[in-house]
Amino acid sequence: MSGSQNIIIELDGVKKSFGAVHALQGVDLTVRGGEALGIVGHNGAGKSTLMHILAGSLSPDTGSISLDAATSDWTYSIGQAHSAGVRTVFQELSLCPNLTVIENTRIMHPEIRGAGWRKRAEEMIFSKLEEVFPGSGIDANDYVDELPIAKRQMVEIARAFTGKDGGPRLVILDEPTSSLDAHMSEQLLSHVRAFVSAGGSCILISHLLNEILTTADRIVVMQDGKVVDERETARFDRHSLVEAMGSVVDEQTGVKVTMSDARTGQSVPIVSSGFHEGMKLEAHHGEIVGLAGLSGHGQTEMLVDIFRNAPRDRSGAGSMALVAGDRQVDGVFPIWSIALNMTVSSLRRFVRFGIINGDEERRLAEDWRGRIGIQTPDLDNNILSLSGGNQQKALFARALGSDAQIILMDDPMRGVDIGTKQEVYAILRNEAAKGRTFLWYTTEMNELEHCDHVYVFRENQIVASLPRNELSEQKVLHASFEGG
Amino acid sequence: MSSLMTPRLLRNLLPAISLTVLLLAIFYLQPRAMSYLGLNLLLNLALPIAFATLAQMCMMTVNDLDLGIGAYVGFVACIGATFLRDTPALGVLMLLACVAAYAALGALIHLRNLPSIVVTLGMSFVWLGLALLVLPTPGGKAPDWIRAIMTWKTPMLPFTIYASVGVALIVHIILMRSAYGAVLRGVGGNARSVERAGWSLLRAKVTMYALAGVFGIFSGLALIGLTTSADANIALRYTLLSIAGAILGGGEFVGGRISPIGAVIGATTLTLAGSFLSFLRISPDWQIGAQGGILIIVLALRILINRAEAK
Repeated sequence: MSGSQNIIIELDGVKKSFGAVHALQGVDLTVRGGEALGIVGHNGAGKSTLMHILAGSLSPDTGSISLDAATSDWTYSIGQAHSAGVRTVFQELSLCPNLTVIENTRIMHPEIRGAGWRKRAEEMIFSKLEEVFPGSGIDANDYVDELPIAKRQMVEIARAFTGKDGGPRLVILDEPTSSLDAHMSEQLLSHVRAFVSAGGSCILISHLLNEILTTADRIVVMQDGKVVDERETARFDRHSLVEAMGSVVDEQTGVKVTMSDARTGQSVPIVSSGFHEGMKLEAHHGEIVGLAGLSGHGQTEMLVDIFRNAPRDRSGAGSMALVAGDRQVDGVFPIWSIALNMTVSSLRRFVRFGIINGDEERRLAEDWRGRIGIQTPDLDNNILSLSGGNQQKALFARALGSDAQIILMDDPMRGVDIGTKQEVYAILRNEAAKGRTFLWYTTEMNELEHCDHVYVFRENQIVASLPRNELSEQKVLHASFEGG
Repeated sequence: MSSLMTPRLLRNLLPAISLTVLLLAIFYLQPRAMSYLGLNLLLNLALPIAFATLAQMCMMTVNDLDLGIGAYVGFVACIGATFLRDTPALGVLMLLACVAAYAALGALIHLRNLPSIVVTLGMSFVWLGLALLVLPTPGGKAPDWIRAIMTWKTPMLPFTIYASVGVALIVHIILMRSAYGAVLRGVGGNARSVERAGWSLLRAKVTMYALAGVFGIFSGLALIGLTTSADANIALRYTLLSIAGAILGGGEFVGGRISPIGAVIGATTLTLAGSFLSFLRISPDWQIGAQGGILIIVLALRILINRAEAK
């Protein structure tokens, strides 16, 4: 085993919070020279935050980062990460689409300058592309926006491995194979192995457990902002890895609330939707249907699709309302009052001869203020005067106060405190009992407990359909991470 | 042969093709324009517009827009026709202060994360007010050396053509070919990625704003070289002309997609469009609308080419 003198970067007790959300709650992590470190974990485990801290684009609230065993009292920054040879390939592509492959390479390398810089940058990226992805057929003079997504990802990965004096020391790859086909993924992973045996280090994050198990030397399992398990890869297999990710399973098994039994089978679904392949999602009258899986695997797209295809008539049995997940972008009207934000979906009901009846509108807002418990002295205050949780309650009130019989929820509990969550769960159950139907995309495992039926999404397909009595965190994790 | 005619090439050639078609139409309508004197008259006012367009293009490179460039050019013209002639040292100092003001605007907009159109629209009133302070009534006189440059009788073709080509090539080398130019355009394409690679966004923005200020000065001075006197309102319409010119030349409002050569061609095309419409005996009342029509046709062609490319 490599000794402690070989440690490239070391995190000690790193914490990071975003408002009420504790993304990292004291993470210790070491990366040694010549090893590939795999990091796995479910949504919200803190992987992305950790990557940003390693890349220097976020700084921790507390805890220390040391490079080459020299603890930094200065703040670790992008510049330091860069000059220490730490390169990150983020999940969202970060090339400049308006530039050529050559020019994008130059942006990464300030030292390529002066006469003939194009030639040198071209040689650098071309040889690396040939090395990592032989036969990729990418012309370094191509503009990035003219390349298909897989080739963009190849360029970005190859660019991260370029550099003078043998290139970077630590390359962090966050879901690097998400746009690559099997052959290209294979090329990349074998390059990672070659890079590591030549003395480089690599951090690999992937939801494809096979990739992690075949490529990494050591695997770190994260959950709720903490490292919960860490072993040599040889001491993990698929099963134990999934198990390590879902260790909360034991605590939760007793909490299940008994509710209406699983679907009877003969009733006709009021919502039915699916992708080109795979299973179909069905929702029945009065059901809470959960959409699970890793974030970004098609859940939001399906909700939007269902909403778009809703009947034009907004008051019938198929009428729908959507509760947005990203409050600030898709949810609140930031310069409106709380009351106006609550009633905007129901305005049509209050209109007489083209004029809104303010009294009735007011009554609806006051009614829901009481029912959902929005804490404010005055509903005429600006919506932004509320805490995040109360803003989200106002958005729930908007959807529930409307006539809609089907409520679509796009991960609405992001950044909401636990007390508010409990209140909303109770309201949801109440409304479902009264006959409303909920389609609920959630990234939080314990919220699935409140669903009558859960569909697990992976790569824009439904890969598992679990009625309430068969639901377990193990099954959801297995289905989310390739293969059920 | 047809494989050489890729959509991208076609799109890059579109500004040049538009200009050629317009020139041919003018020569057809008025063969006497095909002479040294004729070309000089036609293209006379193209150079100041081309400079203003390049200034606008610098802002577009970093995803910003300058709604004050017309008033700024007018202010520069007023300085040029007064201080620069009477007390050259003070005049030069004032012009340098203008560039510094533009650089400071860039820093302010970046650091405070302000929308550039609001700030520059506000600045347009500041520039106009300053211009009126410098030159309350139209008048003044351009320095003789500027006059001499702008009326220089160059061999074969008028001075404007040589100057336009030269400027276009110089800016092309700076922004499109140099190593730092790639970084500057990268800021428009994906600022976060440029920042992650360790570059200062502040420095990039200040550079582009200062460059815009410099081109604005060239525009104002070239303008008084032609008109001999100045007026605070002399260049107000340059704001929209410069945006139209930059777009006509193949630039885009966001995304760092620019073309210096195209911008100069676009500015020239817009200048010629006015003359072309005069030759068609279209009343000046309708000319602005007709110029808009030309703009729409060229942009529609560009979208058609883009669609062909998407297939």
